[in-house]
Amino acid sequence: MSNGRIRSLLLGDAQADRVVPPSGFTAHLTLFASAAMAFLAVFALALSLAAGRLADRWSDELARSATLRISAPADQKAAQTNAALAVLEQTPGIASARALSDEEQAALLAPWFGADLPLDSLPVPQLIEVIEDDEGYDAEGLRLRLAAEVPGAVLDDHTRWRRPLVEAANSLRRLGVFSILLIGGATAAMITLAANAALAANAQVILVLRLVGARDSYIAQAFVRRFTIRALLGAAAGVAFGMAGVLLLPEASDAGGFLTGLGFQGAGWFAPLLIPILGALVAFAATWFAARRRLEEIS
Amino acid sequence: MIELENVGYSYGGGELLSEVSVRLMPGSFHFLTGPSGAGKTTLMKLCYGALLPTHGTVKVFDADMRRLDRDQTALMRRRIGVVHQDCKFLDHLPVADNIALPLTVSGRDKRAESENLAELMRWVGLAGRADALPPELSGGERQRAALARAVIMSPDVVLADEPTGNVDWEMSQRLLHLLVELNKMGKTVLIASHDLALIRAAKSQVQARVLRISNRRLQLAGSDL
Repeated sequence: MSNGRIRSLLLGDAQADRVVPPSGFTAHLTLFASAAMAFLAVFALALSLAAGRLADRWSDELARSATLRISAPADQKAAQTNAALAVLEQTPGIASARALSDEEQAALLAPWFGADLPLDSLPVPQLIEVIEDDEGYDAEGLRLRLAAEVPGAVLDDHTRWRRPLVEAANSLRRLGVFSILLIGGATAAMITLAANAALAANAQVILVLRLVGARDSYIAQAFVRRFTIRALLGAAAGVAFGMAGVLLLPEASDAGGFLTGLGFQGAGWFAPLLIPILGALVAFAATWFAARRRLEEIS
Repeated sequence: MIELENVGYSYGGGELLSEVSVRLMPGSFHFLTGPSGAGKTTLMKLCYGALLPTHGTVKVFDADMRRLDRDQTALMRRRIGVVHQDCKFLDHLPVADNIALPLTVSGRDKRAESENLAELMRWVGLAGRADALPPELSGGERQRAALARAVIMSPDVVLADEPTGNVDWEMSQRLLHLLVELNKMGKTVLIASHDLALIRAAKSQVQARVLRISNRRLQLAGSDL
């Protein structure tokens, strides 16, 4: 399309708009379908963004730390802990390493064994918290060295349980994106159906317009403009309701876990505002192709 | 201006027109007559590209209709004013907007042409009916509105298919008079009609050729009219 046509399409033409009679059910169908789909798209977007944040957070937090577990007889535990700390101090890529105190270890076990846990009477391994620097360390190299110098040490870099968590969060994010694409496709299909119904109902109008010398692009524009504006208005209403719904969701909290973090955060609140624009673009494309195809059929 | 050469048209396995050749010269006035179902409307539709011939060639303004795409056909139709028997209006628009429809679709500013539109409505006797909707018009008013819409773009050719089919004798004379006036302005006029009394009346006002469709073929009518 030329710039002139795009401009006339966007700005509208009061005279041209009137050549197609105000239609009944197709107008309501387009408005309702756009509103409903935009409402769903807001939640799919919220899910996708929240899952993305979760994946990033888990990945970031767990990737930068590791745990060294010293399982040794009680009389050797202190010596092996010191040896392990010495090895960690010399290992490039490790920012800091410190042995957890008895109180910290008791606090970790408290949820399962209660607060007054007598650590001295249990064969609890000594835990060393390892924080890596930006460069990161060579986990396999460290394991080999520890095996040689500290036989009771086991390095857990969290990969084993970090990977499925991050994969799950990423899958949720992909699911959200896929849902948005499906919603876009369903919107396009519904608007195409509504546009085809409107074109069929206005066959006589099209006949008269052709008789007086209207080009296909003029006829198509009259329908496209209507459906685009309806989709834009419907989607705007759907987004407004959807964002109100997201606002009413509980605030994110540690106690609530993932379920309470489903809202938008920061600039994320602006993302749903793109939905009406995308809805209008989908309606524009769907109606344009439907109109062109229909006009070719009845030529 | 409009030239049909050895044109045939078939539909549904039957041949409606065969070996039709005619040339409408600029400023000429023609009647097309024949019994109902003879193919008058089909021939008119061939002249403005609503139908394409099965055989032969239709040339309008020296362009072969087969070679025109839909946009070119639309532009060609702006140079041809068509009056249908059933008028074909947009019933949701007032009469004035229907008459101005060719201006609207061609992108011309209707407000800039408002003077011409008012004059045209006076010419066809519809000055007081500008805001009426088409279903509110009588048969004669509809035909006059259709004629006004056909000529608002100042076309080179006016094709009228049974323009007096639904009106009384007095109104048919008035419509005929308007078409004769258009011809005197230099427009080429082709009127399809089975009303021989109308044709006889016209021949006293204008030099008209009468073409008759008989047995799918077109022939020049003789003195029997």
